[in-house]
Amino acid sequence: MFDDFFIRALVAGLGVALVTGPLGCFIIWRRLSFFGDTLAHSALLGVTLAFSFDINIAFSVFIISSAIALILLKLQKTTNLPGDALLGLLAHSSLAVGLVVIGFLSFIRFDIMGLLFGDILAVTENDLIIIWVGGALILFVLKLIWKPLFASTVNYELAEAEGMKPERVNAIFTILMAAIIAISIKMVGLLLITGMLIIPAAMARNISNNPKQMVLFSIIGGLLSVVMGLFGSLEINTPSGPSIITAGLILFILSLIKIKRLSQLNN
Amino acid sequence: MGLENNKFLVKLENTGVFQNNKWLVKGVSLEVEKGKIVTLIGPNGSGKTTTAKIALGLYKNIQGKVDKFTKKIGYVPQKISIDWTLPIRVLDFMLLTQNLTDDEITDALNLTGVEHLKNNNLRNLSGGEFQRVLIARAIAKKPDLLVLDEPVQGVDFKGEIALYELIKTISDKLNCGILLISHDLHVVMSATDYVVCLNGHVCCSGTPQAVANNNKYKELFGDRASTILSVYEHRHDHTHSPDGTIKRKQ
Repeated sequence: MFDDFFIRALVAGLGVALVTGPLGCFIIWRRLSFFGDTLAHSALLGVTLAFSFDINIAFSVFIISSAIALILLKLQKTTNLPGDALLGLLAHSSLAVGLVVIGFLSFIRFDIMGLLFGDILAVTENDLIIIWVGGALILFVLKLIWKPLFASTVNYELAEAEGMKPERVNAIFTILMAAIIAISIKMVGLLLITGMLIIPAAMARNISNNPKQMVLFSIIGGLLSVVMGLFGSLEINTPSGPSIITAGLILFILSLIKIKRLSQLNN
Repeated sequence: MGLENNKFLVKLENTGVFQNNKWLVKGVSLEVEKGKIVTLIGPNGSGKTTTAKIALGLYKNIQGKVDKFTKKIGYVPQKISIDWTLPIRVLDFMLLTQNLTDDEITDALNLTGVEHLKNNNLRNLSGGEFQRVLIARAIAKKPDLLVLDEPVQGVDFKGEIALYELIKTISDKLNCGILLISHDLHVVMSATDYVVCLNGHVCCSGTPQAVANNNKYKELFGDRASTILSVYEHRHDHTHSPDGTIKRKQ
């Protein structure tokens, strides 16, 4: 059944969308979009590492992204630079270093476009296992830390005062972000993964009035984007990753109509 | 050590916070017992909120020693802003740090008079309504220790008195200890067991009577402040439900 490249792409995309849905909501709530972007950019370095030492791409991307997250925390404590400047610094320098390292690895032919924008149609059965097992693991951990994570998102001190250990769950959440980037980098590419995280969640925000509902709509939006995007790309012969993101954008625009209706109702 | 045998809920011994080259507060000792209301008073910037946060364990580096004998804590912070990116109803907010049954949620919201707002979005509440929700959330799971940092700010005058009466009832009924920060000297002097007057350090402390007669207190708040004790003596024979109808008190 997974022989067909298109079916594999579909199963991979749906698996990724199931995980990016809830994570994306937290990324929006906590204003971590640019942080996600930074982790994604650093993934290129992870990919080059995987090729250099012949290790699994998802594994090495996970390690590098986590390391970048740790470095960011360290820099935030030791420098007086604002958070967004540090993120920019890390995002672009890790991307640049990644590209420089690729230059050294002249013996390997790189599909840079595939890395940047993803190549969902080249997904192997092995990748499917990584996505679904890794994704299930991420969702499981997210479920475990949901309450303290949400509480500390709403109000850090309130959560801490009432025994929710926000510092620990924040660290775990950062690891989960590195993990989702690691398992989905091959499908959507490092420039588009943040879009996959944020666009369905942003769409969901427009049409929901409570957190669980937003997570649900975000998942549905992601799944729909994958289906629409992939069938669209097959039909009109467009690149698959960007098509998925474009489909998500269309859903977002449609959700704006609902917002307009709601605000008219309220007035 | 059995929790049941210990009447103390939290105990601060000579605590202080030194941040950005200055003391936010220093040399504070106090303890909150079960069923007792301890109130912190003092001018702006005197370290009331800081002291409450020390008691809650929100500072990483403090001087002195804090012993907490309970984990069941309800907290009403002084400032809390809900980000508009969060779609969150009163109902979701009630469940923020605790698991509650529907009845527990309704009961708690009922006590603070905002049961009708249960499904409203937090963002659409007025300041006073939000304050009532905050109090309801903090008391819903019947905590051992309540830390209330200016809990009735923005609440209308009638509601203010009712809420303070509620706080008193809760302390009696649940036998929980309350650490209260309040600007309202009337309430402080009439409804609390122990008053700590702060001004960067403990200026004076004791029963409301003792503090009211203390010269340092008079210096800090003016002579008229000590006459307050006799002012707060009146009763209400009815309250109003949210739709404005009159509810007689039994």
